Amino acid sequence: MGIPSLAAMLATALIAIAVLAASGDNAIFMPGLLEGAWLTVRIAVVGCGLAVITATAAALCRLYGPAPLRWLAVTYVEFFRGTSALVQLFWLFFVLPDFGIFMEPFTVAVLGLGLNVGAYGAEVVRGGIQGVQRGQWEATTALNMTRWQALRRIILPQAFVAMIPPWGNLFIELLKSTALVSLITMSDLTFKARTLNDFSMQTIPIFTLALLMYLVLSLTITIGMRWLERKSLRGMVRGRGR
Amino acid sequence: MTETVDRPMVRFEGVTKRYGSLTVLDSLNLDIGRGEKVAIIGPSGSGKTTVLRMLMTLERIDGGVIWVDGEPMTHMQKNGKLVPAEAKHLRRVRSKIGMVFQHFNLFPHMTALGNCIEAPMTVLGLPRREAEERAADLLNLVGLGEKKGHYPAQLSGGQQQRVAIARALAMRPKIMLFDEVTSALDPELCGEVLQVIRKLGSEHDLTMLMVTHQMGFAKEFADRVCFFYQGKICEQGEPRELFTAPKNERTQQFLRAVLEAV
Repeated sequence: MGIPSLAAMLATALIAIAVLAASGDNAIFMPGLLEGAWLTVRIAVVGCGLAVITATAAALCRLYGPAPLRWLAVTYVEFFRGTSALVQLFWLFFVLPDFGIFMEPFTVAVLGLGLNVGAYGAEVVRGGIQGVQRGQWEATTALNMTRWQALRRIILPQAFVAMIPPWGNLFIELLKSTALVSLITMSDLTFKARTLNDFSMQTIPIFTLALLMYLVLSLTITIGMRWLERKSLRGMVRGRGR
Repeated sequence: MTETVDRPMVRFEGVTKRYGSLTVLDSLNLDIGRGEKVAIIGPSGSGKTTVLRMLMTLERIDGGVIWVDGEPMTHMQKNGKLVPAEAKHLRRVRSKIGMVFQHFNLFPHMTALGNCIEAPMTVLGLPRREAEERAADLLNLVGLGEKKGHYPAQLSGGQQQRVAIARALAMRPKIMLFDEVTSALDPELCGEVLQVIRKLGSEHDLTMLMVTHQMGFAKEFADRVCFFYQGKICEQGEPRELFTAPKNERTQQFLRAVLEAV
């Protein structure tokens, strides 16, 4: 689906939220829900940033690092990919204080979700780098570039294009996983919806509004990634121009 | 090392390359003089491309020494002995060599100009203005001054290959390697690439080593032709001699087969 039809879908979701908020007494839920949504956005944005950084670092360590770093990267990926994100959050939030490490709930949320998604992302980055044709590496050798120069200027920019769609998936995954932070005392969108529901028993409008808000956020990510993909493909036609 | 004048630009000294149990090159000895243009021909699998790839350090060698411009490239002298080269040494010697590939290997995310200024800026540390001037001159030389803002995907195969030649020249190599540079091109596009190589040969003081299937071009352009067969130089000599009166039976067979195909 192209960007225009995604934008139309986004507009529809926004209109639906407006219509729903305007009917009956639903407007009173909006400040609470929006406040929760704002926290959700903040956790998601910082978490995604952390995920990209750790994923890139883990992938580079795994591909080009010395043995100890390689081993560390593999352990990181397998550990965070192979255990439950919720239990990881619980562990950071409830267990670490027993060892004298106290963190703000926000820090725990970002760290837990970022590291979890970063573990999946590491494989995306690795695949992207390895998908770049060998001839590109050979050209950098013939031009006497160092491995780091080649990676930074030639290989990663090309790998980046291939990584955009899978990263879009992971960002949306992370956005939805933020609902887990409601279980470590944070008032995110899910938490707000549940508390408002406990008070008012207006189950249908509250959870429908929350659902639509998640949809708006994830559609924004999809559109953003689509735009990024199109922009970075400019001039490059995929599959050609070896 | 006193014989500075006569020392060859490239010397393969007993160079061996194996892939597993398969010996691709068997103790190769080959000297290439300064400014000499050598064409390498031979059937596929004869090791001819491997010669260029080893010289470009894209393949490790399993035995022997490669000398470039009077000093060992694959090795370095330490306490009077030759030991395998460190990365730094390898890079310094490698800076004298440029290579053009069969499949161009242009950077698809950069324009023709971008391809030509990248390494001069990142590797040689040239300021952008200077690198762009140098690149523009070279793109003019290969007849693509007008196309400098085009991405590789917007260029024909022949144009891409000419950009690749300009990109290699931008590093000011002393030795240029051409690895079947017309093999991936439609026949009508080969001419423009060969024309550029011809021009380089006559106007520049470059040592050139090319693997080619274009017998006509090899005959007219090269100072010397080497016929490879099963990892060895089976016969070498002046092109006129080798093409018209090959002495070796394998050479005769090969040339007969190639010329029949034309």
